[in-house]
Amino acid sequence: MVSPEDLTGLKKKSLYAKREPVYPKAVTGRFRRLKWLVMAVTLTIYYVTPWLRWDRGPYAPDQAVLIDLAHRRFYMFGIEIWPHEFYYVAGLLIMAGIGLFLATSAVGRAWCGYACPQTVWTDVYQHVERWIDGDRNAQIRLAKAPWTASKLARRLFKYAAFLAIAIATGGAWIFYFADAPTLLRDFIAGDAPFVAYATVGVLTATTFTLGGFMREQVCIYMCPWPRIQTAMMDEKSLTVTYKEWRGEPRARGTKKATLVDLNRGDCIDCNACVAVCPTGIDIRNGPQVGCITCALCIDACDRVMTQIGRPRGLIDYATLEDCRTEAAGGTPKPLAKTIFRPRTLIYFTLWAAIGLAMLFALGARTRLDISAQQERNPIYVRLSDGDIRNSYTVKIRNMEARPRQVEVGISDLPEAVAWTIEGSREAAEGTVPVNVPADSVAKVKLFVAAPAAGPQEDDFVFTVRSLDMEGATATVESRFERPEEGR
Amino acid sequence: MAEKRVDEPTGTETMGHEWDGIEELNTPLPRWWLWAFYASIAWAAVYVVLYPAWPLIDRATAGALGWTSTGQLEQELAKEQARKAPLLSAIAATPIERLADDPRLMQAAIEGGRSAFKVSCVQCHGSGAAGSKGYPNLNDDDWLWGGDIASIHFTIEHGIRQPDHDETRMSQMPAFGGMLSPDQIADLTAHVRTISGQQKADVAAARGAELFAQNCAACHGPGGKGDRGLGAPNLTDAIWLYGGDAETIGQTIANSRYGVMPRWSGRLDPVTIKMLAAYVHSLGGGEAMPKSQMAEAEGTKADGQP
Ligand code: SF4
Ligand code: SF4
Repeated sequence: MVSPEDLTGLKKKSLYAKREPVYPKAVTGRFRRLKWLVMAVTLTIYYVTPWLRWDRGPYAPDQAVLIDLAHRRFYMFGIEIWPHEFYYVAGLLIMAGIGLFLATSAVGRAWCGYACPQTVWTDVYQHVERWIDGDRNAQIRLAKAPWTASKLARRLFKYAAFLAIAIATGGAWIFYFADAPTLLRDFIAGDAPFVAYATVGVLTATTFTLGGFMREQVCIYMCPWPRIQTAMMDEKSLTVTYKEWRGEPRARGTKKATLVDLNRGDCIDCNACVAVCPTGIDIRNGPQVGCITCALCIDACDRVMTQIGRPRGLIDYATLEDCRTEAAGGTPKPLAKTIFRPRTLIYFTLWAAIGLAMLFALGARTRLDISAQQERNPIYVRLSDGDIRNSYTVKIRNMEARPRQVEVGISDLPEAVAWTIEGSREAAEGTVPVNVPADSVAKVKLFVAAPAAGPQEDDFVFTVRSLDMEGATATVESRFERPEEGR
Repeated sequence: MAEKRVDEPTGTETMGHEWDGIEELNTPLPRWWLWAFYASIAWAAVYVVLYPAWPLIDRATAGALGWTSTGQLEQELAKEQARKAPLLSAIAATPIERLADDPRLMQAAIEGGRSAFKVSCVQCHGSGAAGSKGYPNLNDDDWLWGGDIASIHFTIEHGIRQPDHDETRMSQMPAFGGMLSPDQIADLTAHVRTISGQQKADVAAARGAELFAQNCAACHGPGGKGDRGLGAPNLTDAIWLYGGDAETIGQTIANSRYGVMPRWSGRLDPVTIKMLAAYVHSLGGGEAMPKSQMAEAEGTKADGQP
């Protein structure tokens, strides 16, 4: 078949470029050290958190962080969230969102370069790769080499290592959802619920492919965040920049001696910055979506600059504004001024306000809640003495990890009495005692009777009061209904 | 068909179609999409063989796996039956008076009764058991034949005024229309409305009181408080099965009432009847068992269990 290219000589354009393998070179330096540190901290948090214990007494799990889907509870150290308090989680998500705005407007794509799981695991995988296959040059050589037994063995070993890391990654996730030691035992014994195995399977598969093979493709093609971030950065946000006014025109193979030639920039075109880049881009082409601002190119170039005796910072963290000032011969603003500026301060204020409001709300929770639902079929019943009775399903939530004695009372309904299905109207007194088991909802059916004379609809209040804790009460409004006059 | 050629700007072959100068480029579907499409076709073919697929008149073709949705339903029903079996036999083995001793059993009986009620009882008593004119409200605290769980159970089991049944709840109020004059009936009505607190005592009511003592007190008691042994309603309370206004009371006296309820023994199994009793008792008007009967039940229990 004749291909279109043959006929026209025009190449088909594609929006998708096939992946060119990236073999980033190992690098040392201050940002690499920072990256190690962030990696250690984030991975430690991820793996260790589910194993932390937190004593909540005999009625609640002792896992410090637990998303207990089966019982619809979320435990985080001293905080316990019930499903109806989901707004705390919404608040946390909003804080996370504003936190990202804050970080991005201040220090650019710091999340991408250091803390994003995709970055962290890709980094781990690249280190494993370097450890098995050698550094950049050895990797390229090995990739080109014909398939021999030793290459096959290396490859198998590498993929086995990748898989092991993937399993460890997927495996750690499930411990957030059940008691970690029990689940680990069940998981190994084959007794864990199917969903646990499925979750580990899916996360293992995604870690293996995303971290092992797709790497920067995820950032460039799959992740929406780089696009969103572009909108949140401005001329005052820090980003990794090649100082073109200082580096250009570049000249290859230059030694210190020839640098006196004033027509030459500082860049010696050694490509060290390109070789270390984990996403395989050339930062000298200007800011671009592929750059995750990991700053490894800064480390690489700084070494080169030191070697040739030029000041560091040919590639550096700088704002676009600074770049312009510096290119025009001025001095950039101090770092503190770059980070603390109105925009970041506004974000921070918002972020902190939401955080404080949530902390305040958490502190003020009574951990006791009541809701009442009126029986609609029938709405009211006439009793033999002529009084009218309505019935209600009252739910009392005891959100504390201990059983509690509470009493439910009614107010604002003259001459009314309330009693539970076990009690009787004759014995009914001012309040109805109810035992609520620890950390659960007690459902009681309450009958309320009042004289027939009165408004057809009468609002009144159910109050639940904890007998063992002064001041812990909760109320809910409800309605008492009577038949129309004349019936 | 026009000649195929290559479109210059995009470098893509055209399909050879042209409408008003607009040409269609040959941009085939992505390979992965086609594969997914072929895989769906293959999946469909396998599905048609394995599962019921072609609708026939009264069923669908049987698949190679022999699976049907009704079969699955039956399986699940059987499973549910098996799950409930121990509970049901426990209810069957427990005398009705003792059901409440085991809250778990009682709760299960109430829930079972709730669904049985929806099937057999709502036609007369209403879905919320609130009744209507002539059909008692089972939520209130007024009982014609007794409101403890054993009495309720007996009523459900044997029905009310079932002609073919010996044990049925039976009683009959005479129609006084032929025996008393309209004036006398009006006097009686005035008396009944007086004792139920609906109007003030007057001369007519005083005359009615005399008539009541002669004609009605035998069943309704001298004070009109009724007699559960006879299903004679309490005339002094606020609850009226047919209505407490003068006209309705007059009609009742003149023509009498003859409410019937089917007996459920023989139609429903004994466990369901027990569960119905538990449910009706739980509605909010259920009474405690009289002490004497409880003692009796205690006795049978002791005798029955060696
Ligand atoms: S590492 Fe520095 S000197 Fe080397 S090519 Fe990159 S920018 Fe130029
Ligand atoms: S260009 Fe530099 S900062 Fe950007 S991703 Fe590559 S190495 Fe990291």
